[in-house]
Amino acid sequence: MTARIGVVTFPGSLDDRDSRRAIRLAGAEPVALWHKDKDLHQVDAVVLCGGFSYGDYLRAGAIARFSPVMDTVIEQAKAGLPVLGICNGFQILTEAHLLPGGMLGNDHLHFICRDQKLRVENADTAWTGDYTAGQEISIPLKNMDGRYVADRRTLDELEAEGRVAFRYVTDGEAADGYGNPNGSLNDIAGITNAAGNVVGLMPHPEHAVEPLIGTGRTDGLPFFTSILKKLVNA
Amino acid sequence: MSRTPLDTVEHAAGTPDVELPWAELGLKKDEYERVVEILGRRPTGAELAMYSVMWSEHCSYKSSKVHLRQFGEKAPESDAMLVGIGENAGVVDVGQGYAVTFKVESHNHPSYVEPYQGAATGVGGIVRDIIAMGARPVAVVDPLRFGAADHPDTKRVLPGVVAGIGGYGNCLGLPNIGGEVVFDACYQGNPLVNAGAIGVMRHEDIHLAKASGAGNKVILYGARTGGDGIGGASILASETFDDAKPSKRPAVQVGDPFQEKLLIECTLEAFREKLVVGIQDLGAAGLSCATSELASNGSGGMRVTLDDVPLRDSTLSPEEILMSESQERMCAVVEPGKVDRFLEICEKWDVIATVIGEVTDGDRLEIYWHGGKIVDVDPRTVAHDGPVYERPYARPDWQDALQADDANKLPRPQTSEELRDQVLKLVGSPNQASKQWITQQYDHFVQGNTVLAQPEDSGMIRIDEETGLGVAIATDGNGRYAKLDPYTGAQLALAEAYRNVATTGAKPLAVSDCLNFGSPEDPAVMWQFAEAVRGLADGCLQLGTPVTGGNVSLYNQTGEAAIHPTPVVAVLGVIDDVARRTPVAFQEEGQLLYLLGDTREEFGGSAWSQVVHDHLGGLPPAVDLERERLLGEILISASRDGMIDSAHDLSDGGLVQAVVESALLGGKGARLVVPDGLDAFTFLFSESAGRAVVAVPRSEELRFTDMCGVRGLPATRIGVVDGDTVELQGEFTLTLAELRETHEATIPALLA
Repeated sequence: MTARIGVVTFPGSLDDRDSRRAIRLAGAEPVALWHKDKDLHQVDAVVLCGGFSYGDYLRAGAIARFSPVMDTVIEQAKAGLPVLGICNGFQILTEAHLLPGGMLGNDHLHFICRDQKLRVENADTAWTGDYTAGQEISIPLKNMDGRYVADRRTLDELEAEGRVAFRYVTDGEAADGYGNPNGSLNDIAGITNAAGNVVGLMPHPEHAVEPLIGTGRTDGLPFFTSILKKLVNA
Repeated sequence: MSRTPLDTVEHAAGTPDVELPWAELGLKKDEYERVVEILGRRPTGAELAMYSVMWSEHCSYKSSKVHLRQFGEKAPESDAMLVGIGENAGVVDVGQGYAVTFKVESHNHPSYVEPYQGAATGVGGIVRDIIAMGARPVAVVDPLRFGAADHPDTKRVLPGVVAGIGGYGNCLGLPNIGGEVVFDACYQGNPLVNAGAIGVMRHEDIHLAKASGAGNKVILYGARTGGDGIGGASILASETFDDAKPSKRPAVQVGDPFQEKLLIECTLEAFREKLVVGIQDLGAAGLSCATSELASNGSGGMRVTLDDVPLRDSTLSPEEILMSESQERMCAVVEPGKVDRFLEICEKWDVIATVIGEVTDGDRLEIYWHGGKIVDVDPRTVAHDGPVYERPYARPDWQDALQADDANKLPRPQTSEELRDQVLKLVGSPNQASKQWITQQYDHFVQGNTVLAQPEDSGMIRIDEETGLGVAIATDGNGRYAKLDPYTGAQLALAEAYRNVATTGAKPLAVSDCLNFGSPEDPAVMWQFAEAVRGLADGCLQLGTPVTGGNVSLYNQTGEAAIHPTPVVAVLGVIDDVARRTPVAFQEEGQLLYLLGDTREEFGGSAWSQVVHDHLGGLPPAVDLERERLLGEILISASRDGMIDSAHDLSDGGLVQAVVESALLGGKGARLVVPDGLDAFTFLFSESAGRAVVAVPRSEELRFTDMCGVRGLPATRIGVVDGDTVELQGEFTLTLAELRETHEATIPALLA
């Protein structure tokens, strides 16, 4: 048996097809979900993909959070449905208060697209079981508003509870993808909720799943195999 | 409020003596008289608006047409060509039932006036051309040229252009996989912002811009029509900038990539359900262009009610509505029975769609406003029968002196130390330096099919996940070469793009071009144009790669100073399996470096002559297209049979530039030896065409050199991939760290 993983398409979503491909390559069944449809069609997990939902008008993720599909996603995520937010999806999750903090414009004020070194800090979430804590991975980063911020108390809480899931690795040459790419506080690239079912990150694991494509690395595939294993073994 | 009566056709016929502002709209006196002759009366204001935009240089190609005909007349036999010149974009068969459409266009003038929006809407326009053919856009490329890198205005124009391209293309979800960035003082005040796009479709999905079938509905969908960009491309791109005239800012369009993304998805869904008879995007000349082209390419006439056009600004006059270049609009012709479904799909994507007219069984284009008929024309006379000029042209009197100023006689480095210094100076010069600061502002991963992206020799996209079928594209141009000899310069641009495609292992199939020149009213510029077109047409015939379409941008000059003639050539190639693509980066230490082709003392127009001597003179490198074809075949065969692990074409900057790039990208150095018969300087800096450097695994050396020997391609062993330095034996050693610092620091230091 396999698992059904939904990918929501909002107007302006860009990486929906890529996310469905990654899910398929991991061995799960991708299911296309539509923003105007409240029904999640019995999926076992949901991916909120990258892009510019609703043109990023107002603020990245701010409008998508109020779409019909999100009502159900928010409700079910609170009940334990695994949800992964990638880039714009991460922004939507913070706007929906499923994850704390928020994203501001990159400190250098430019869009940045590059292969990025990350350290897996928490390998116990629903989406990171196939990594080991401390493992360094390289996956593409591409965004305009990727600077993670939160108030001091939230940051302390995230750190204390081990909820920083991914951190930008800073001790290496920038040419090799090291370094904090946008001024994110505590070098945070991704976080999880306390239950470990909701994870958000700015870099794009779905772009690193095939040896020939993009950077040629497959460091992002374990996101999708992790959730598949978790769902199948559940 | 004035109470001027509506200028209907009837009113115009009855008031022959009314003066119309034809000169302000850019028409010449004889052109206006021709309009009156065609209509048999004076035009209405609305008709005048349509003729003036459609007969502008930008839309009518009136100065270039007589030369462009060669692309058709000299077109090589090619089975690959499915749709040729004249449609929104050409379409090429790439096998397995797939067709690819691609095109390059200019957005030069708007990008100087308003860099961000100018460049952004350039991307938007070319992408709509691709959708209008029925294809899903899969990638964009951006060949860019700016004034001197250290000129203060470059710091205004370049960051805006780059942010605009990124801001628009990234939001559309199109990977940006190639292009160029070139600096030269000649582009000060006239930057060249060319934009290319590729789209993929199945053969049966090809759509054309024609309105057939009386009773079929004409649907305008996408953004509302506003006052932005009225006469934008048609006026801006058809006149020389002149300080004395008022600001052109209101003529630049403003883009909304989110709206365009919805337009893409909704159009493709309508295509999938076979709802569309004909389709046209609204670009330059807006509704004037879309209605007259759709009507004149179809079998009947067309009736349009302008009152039904959704507006952003209700005070717009009918003339303004016809001329508006508001972005993100398309026009579809749909059978009456399918209109409801079409509108439903638009609603699904939150795209406004309105029936504004229908196809008639007559042969007139009739447009109504407030119940009055304000346009009644034969659409062909608007869209296709514009004026054609045989502009006078003459070889400029300075050409001989320029060619006599031989770059081969410039002082050359005398010591190893000088040679080493000049290498560093070259790889750190703005034109040769890494453009990563620019390209990392573009998304090259989206859609998950990018096999190669800049700084590779060509961008490559997988189009079939099962079979690995892919396409490659490279764009090249060298204004310095073309200034020295426009005929040869155009062929060198073609040769380089062709070579770049072959270097990655793909087979070159077809060509698109963007021809950027100064004012056609200057006979010297017209000569450059004529020569470049002749060179390109001859070259395409010889290489068997037909021109599928393109774009001409004239009037790229400020006052008397024209830009270098700059034909930019895009070559599209196909690769049966992207798994065998050849990258630029050195892969493995110990592999042998071979130089393919002949190296001569050719420094005219070279990067070395520019960087070290700030010199432009002499003759550009000689072109041998048969050699280019042979080199291409060898590179493709070597890729297919796994004989090479990396390859890099040699062009501006010569061998040393290529080796340094391959070394830095691979993180592996090289030990080089000057081959017999060459001196170190020529070996490093010559820009002879028809060359590439390849890295051959030792196990493949014999097979590879045998192949080159049998086919008659000179292959000279010049060194080995090794260590963390680039070393020229007996001359100098440069560490990769030093090269990287030099190569990568330049652009951020100038622009960040």
